[in-house]
Amino acid sequence: MIEELIVSGRMNPEIDPHLHAWPWYVPTDLFLAALVAGILIFSAFLTLHGKENEFPAAVKRAPLFAPFLLGIALLLLFLDLSHKLYFWQLYTNIRWESPMSWGSWTYLFITPLSVLWAAIHIQDVFPNLDLKFSWLKESIEWLKTYKKVLAGIIILLAITLGMYTGILLSAFNARPLWNSAILGPLFLTSGLTTATAVVLLLKPNEKEERRFIVLMLIFAGIQIFLLIHMIMGYLAGTQVHIEAARLLLGGEYTTSFWVFAFGFGLVLPVVLQLLKLNGSKIPVTVPAVLIIVGGLLLRLIIVEAGQASRWLY
Amino acid sequence: MRYAMAIDTKKCVGCSDCVVACQTENNVPIGYCRDWVIEATTGTYPDLSLEFRSERCNHCSNAPCVRCCPTEASHVVNGGIVLVDHNECIGCKACIESCPYDARFVHPEGYVDKCTFCIHRVEKGENPACVNVCPTKCMYFGDTDDSNSEISKILKKRKWKTLIPEAGTDPNIYYLI
Amino acid sequence: MDKDFSRREFIKISSAGLGGLALSNPVFNWLKGETMVPGVLPGTYKRVPTYCEVCFWKCAGWAHVNDQGEIWKLTGNHEDPHCNGRLCPRGTGGVGMYYDEDRLKTPLIRRIVNGKQVYREASWNEAFDYIADKMKKIADEHGPECIALFSHGSGGKHFGRMLKAFGSPNITAPSYAQCRGPREVAFFSTYGEGIGSPERVDIRDTDCLVLIGSHIGENMHNGQVQEMSDAIDKGATIITVDPRFSTAASKSKHWLPIKPATDMALLLSWINVIINNEWYDKKYVEKYTFGFDELKEHVKNFTPEWAYGITTIKPHIIRKTAKVMANAAPSVIIHPGRHVTWYGDDTQRLRAVAILNALLGSWGRRGGFYNPEKRNVAKLKLPKYPKPSKTWRDAFPEQYKLAHLALASGICDATIPTAERDCSFKGWIVNGTNLISTLPKPANTLKAIQSLDLMVVVDTMPMEITGYADVVLPECTYLERYDNIRVSAHREPTIALRAPAVAPMYNSKPAWWMAKELANRLNLQDYFPFATEEEELDWQLKQVGSSLDEMKKIGMKKFDREFDDVYPLENLDDYEFNTNTGKIELYSTAMEDEGYDPLPTYTPHEEPPEGFYRLNYGRAPMHTFSRTANNPNLTDLMDENSVWINPKVAKEWDLANGQKIWLENQDGIVTSFPIKVRVTERIRWDSVYMVHGFGHTDKRMKRAYGKGASDSELITQTKIDPVMGGTGMRVNFVTFLTEAPIKGAV
Ligand SMILES: Nc1nc2c(c(=O)[nH]1)N[C@H]1C(S)=C(S)[C@@H](COP(=O)(O)OP(=O)(O)OC[C@H]3O[C@@H](n4cnc5c(=O)[nH]c(N)nc54)[C@H](O)[C@@H]3O)O[C@H]1N2
Ligand SMILES: Nc1nc2c(c(=O)[nH]1)N[C@H]1C(S)=C(S)[C@@H](COP(=O)(O)OP(=O)(O)OC[C@H]3O[C@@H](n4cnc5c(=O)[nH]c(N)nc54)[C@H](O)[C@@H]3O)O[C@H]1N2
Ligand code: SF4
Ligand code: SF4
Ligand code: SF4
Ligand code: SF4
Ligand code: SF4
Ligand SMILES: [Mo]
Repeated sequence: MIEELIVSGRMNPEIDPHLHAWPWYVPTDLFLAALVAGILIFSAFLTLHGKENEFPAAVKRAPLFAPFLLGIALLLLFLDLSHKLYFWQLYTNIRWESPMSWGSWTYLFITPLSVLWAAIHIQDVFPNLDLKFSWLKESIEWLKTYKKVLAGIIILLAITLGMYTGILLSAFNARPLWNSAILGPLFLTSGLTTATAVVLLLKPNEKEERRFIVLMLIFAGIQIFLLIHMIMGYLAGTQVHIEAARLLLGGEYTTSFWVFAFGFGLVLPVVLQLLKLNGSKIPVTVPAVLIIVGGLLLRLIIVEAGQASRWLY
Repeated sequence: MRYAMAIDTKKCVGCSDCVVACQTENNVPIGYCRDWVIEATTGTYPDLSLEFRSERCNHCSNAPCVRCCPTEASHVVNGGIVLVDHNECIGCKACIESCPYDARFVHPEGYVDKCTFCIHRVEKGENPACVNVCPTKCMYFGDTDDSNSEISKILKKRKWKTLIPEAGTDPNIYYLI
Repeated sequence: MDKDFSRREFIKISSAGLGGLALSNPVFNWLKGETMVPGVLPGTYKRVPTYCEVCFWKCAGWAHVNDQGEIWKLTGNHEDPHCNGRLCPRGTGGVGMYYDEDRLKTPLIRRIVNGKQVYREASWNEAFDYIADKMKKIADEHGPECIALFSHGSGGKHFGRMLKAFGSPNITAPSYAQCRGPREVAFFSTYGEGIGSPERVDIRDTDCLVLIGSHIGENMHNGQVQEMSDAIDKGATIITVDPRFSTAASKSKHWLPIKPATDMALLLSWINVIINNEWYDKKYVEKYTFGFDELKEHVKNFTPEWAYGITTIKPHIIRKTAKVMANAAPSVIIHPGRHVTWYGDDTQRLRAVAILNALLGSWGRRGGFYNPEKRNVAKLKLPKYPKPSKTWRDAFPEQYKLAHLALASGICDATIPTAERDCSFKGWIVNGTNLISTLPKPANTLKAIQSLDLMVVVDTMPMEITGYADVVLPECTYLERYDNIRVSAHREPTIALRAPAVAPMYNSKPAWWMAKELANRLNLQDYFPFATEEEELDWQLKQVGSSLDEMKKIGMKKFDREFDDVYPLENLDDYEFNTNTGKIELYSTAMEDEGYDPLPTYTPHEEPPEGFYRLNYGRAPMHTFSRTANNPNLTDLMDENSVWINPKVAKEWDLANGQKIWLENQDGIVTSFPIKVRVTERIRWDSVYMVHGFGHTDKRMKRAYGKGASDSELITQTKIDPVMGGTGMRVNFVTFLTEAPIKGAV
């Protein structure tokens, strides 16, 4: 028998990271950021290809949510800081080795750009909207002339943001469950999948809907592939990684992960969409909502389980 | 200069004096600690062995907590001591997640805190409080770059291990075994 | 008897109003998760000398006080041989005693309000008047001898002076009949000298240390822990005999996992092996000992093979360890232990230990037992104490004849009136001892308390015992007061000062002042000739060439030894022992004279019945008995005890690690609170282990209330040592309850 116990000290949720150093704020933030990244990538990408009018939901309607979602994400990040009055210290340093640092700088740039991007599209969505000030109208008109440039910058920043949500975690060698190079692409892909769901919820036209269902299937497929790959990777890794994977394979987080995040949040919507493509009359909102909830659950579980995974000694 | 600590598991009795001495020396609030004690028993009665380990921040030579800190609050000073500047720390807790030894905690005042190797004492030429109090005198503190220091000598003489060297942090707390 | 309190109800919650006394204090912030001493670390601070009161090792140290006059930390005095500059965890955490917000804050008197017994806050004058009146009444009706003082700790000296002046010799401490009494009697009857405290064991220099039960490392008596570590460094061989894999066992070259209660057989067979192989120190034995031939004859049948059947220790291990000891001799210590009241034949077991040491010639030798020396400070010039006409001994005719100190358990028993006893005790003054968890058989203690006319408790904390007092007197902690000079016997004589680091918090006062105030009211003021304790100490210190001022600066003073005889028998010089024969009595004439076995014999002890396990208990390094159970710093290290259960047993009972269970003993007594299971290989399958001092029932101690379980509740049986009245306490057996017991059903 091996018995290892803490004689004294450390038995404190504030001290033991696996007892929640990061509560739900952080995973929710990661979810929202990746979602926004997905939304902006689709919108900007289609703009660059001059498909604004073919895909109004993706290009014009969805980005209107981006600033708000980013705002919530930022608020959550801020709420998670335990030494809030010093938050400005984030912007007195650029530290390339720290995903937290370049993540915050990405936020700093992408947030105003997302506002501009929304501004460009607001009148297309709400034609009756009266922008009271003429200077505002003029500025928006002026902006529109730089739309493609803006789209280019936004794509780069959005990919960075999406990757950041995964790399933030995977940079932590100390938490074996996060310590996988796949986490960055996985979270970016998940951001794109959830973004397709948002588009599908925003009354796309028929062609757009079909295209985005296909997109959702592609990205969800990639996501499933990456997830399985990630877990195989753990199992092929050191004892520490095997132990970490056990949290999801028979351990504490098995049901929530496989039944809810994977089953209901990924596989079921994929099946529903396939049925729909084959003619079943399934309201598109059902798989879309499942995908969004699934995306959130994925972050919550990975962050939570990751904090419980640890080196053995 | 490279400060380090060596702890003799053959003598440590797990009394936790090092924990309470750190608490009073450094005003660590009740409910928190910068060091802690682990008891590990292996075997079956009566073929048993028992190891006590007093653990704390390893002041890693390759410190992930410093790398991941977005504000430079976590930094390394002379002698390799890893410190947190309370006025730069935003409490993002990235460093907590990055530490394989779980050595950091959020101080109730918001910033992240951890062992400082008692730099306020070390600068005056004294030993850290935990080292100074240990009733079994099983802790050694000093400069491993100086081959004449007590710690260098004991590390040369005795067998030792570090904790999770595989994590690649290059820790500076040695356990004499 | 006061009609009002014909039954003293246990008062759990004191009267309202106490809260109002709570001063604003940094500890409240600290407990909310803020730091104790606010702000940055103090740049400047002053050091005030003290000696620690968290246990009875009495380490000299310093209280560091910051600019705001707050205690920052405690450290050891580097000159002090008790601690060598290093306090133990309890001493370091001693600050928590001062900062504990649950402390007793003001005198309390038991009153009946609306038919309920409650404590009313009282002024010191009211409290003293009440006590003095009752004491006088008891003296008039029954004699002053019917008042007893139970004391463990420094304040006892002051109350003792007052009580002796009043006419009672009945002063007792639980550190005798519940602790080291058998050891002192055994060594006294062998060597004519006791072991004393700190133990006169030369661990630092020994080549072989044999621990029989004594769990040094968990038993955190500082100097011994330090010296054991030194010995490990120097490569000494440690042999530990313990049914549990103690911390010390884990540091030992040889661990003998003995079956509990069978040590006597092991000791006798060791003696047998050492004599038969002629491994004993022949010159030493010839020159200094008496009764070798009788001993040789006595042990001839106690072979390792015989002992194996009893102890489960293999014969070759017994022989091998005997050889190891003999090889190291005379630099070998068969440690006499300290809490030795185990199975009722403890004096005899310790006699076997004393004999073994004598055979190996370790007494008076380097690496064995050194000869301690102390420097007494001058005795105060006091009037003669009145001669008492009776003592506690009268209650036990022809019993415990070799007890040389009063028995706490004996006075407790003699308090319960019986047809045969003409005087039972009528008044108790209890200072610094939580008798409810300290004495075995708590029901018996309560019965005694119910028979009293006066029960005064002097304490710092609202411990269980205070709940039964008529008057509670809040003493300030050791960090807030002077006390007698610590005079301790060591390799070099030392004296140490305790001075107040801060003024007493709340309305608490030092025992010296209380004793003097009481003495004044009893017309005994001549026994307290000085106006203040400071003056008294200064006078005493000046008689030994120091002064209060000097001692405040240095804290502790070393003196040269009068004689250069730390190891008086090193060179086989002539030596006269303080025994009947002037020799080390392997064969004890003193025991024989009083009708006890002159040579130790093995008697089998009762074994646990089916489904029961022997209740084994001991220390955790970060706590002292029950006194630290509410200390904020120390509960932070460990806030409850657990019951250690061998995995085999746990499996049989389907018990899981961390599961909460209740323990029930052979008499159907169930612990008040559940206790967590610790499944561990460190304990044998025939016993369970728990740390003493937890399971507090007094709600006024917020951190300690209901945390863990109390071993004392389960000790409802004792085996009394016929020689000196020690209460053998490891004779109880427990079983497990996984469901909450229904109140009243058991
Ligand atoms: N931390 C701390 N240290 C203390 C104290 C404290 O309260 N806290 N109190 C101090 C005081 S006053 C005293 S008296 C001492 C007591 O300390 P010791 O004298 O060391 O106490 P014991 O009760 O003799 O030893 C307890 C050990 O005896 C073992 N044991 C139980 N039954 C048997 C048996 O049948 N045979 C053998 N060989 N071993 C057995 C137990 O497993 C346990 O390891 O500690 C002192 N030191
Ligand atoms: N079941 C069981 N019983 C035992 C033991 C055991 O291991 N198990 N051990 C035995 C041994 S070895 C011993 S030595 C005894 C010890 O017995 P005690 O000394 O009675 O032990 P504590 O329970 O610590 O009680 C100490 C009391 O002193 C109070 N106190 C602390 N500091 C001060 C102070 O400065 N002034 C005053 N006035 N009071 C103060 C505390 O609040 C507490 O009420 O117990 C013996 N009884
Ligand atoms: S103070 Fe020393 S002996 Fe005690 S636990 Fe710490 S390192 Fe071990
Ligand atoms: S032990 Fe943890 S906190 Fe300390 S330097 Fe290493 S990674 Fe950083
Ligand atoms: S919590 Fe503070 S020290 Fe840690 S990474 Fe964030 S800013 Fe740096
Ligand atoms: S070195 Fe100082 S800060 Fe670090 S654990 Fe020891 S006492 Fe605490
Ligand atoms: S051994 Fe520890 S508790 Fe006892 S007097 Fe010394 S420091 Fe205080
Ligand atoms: Mo004791």
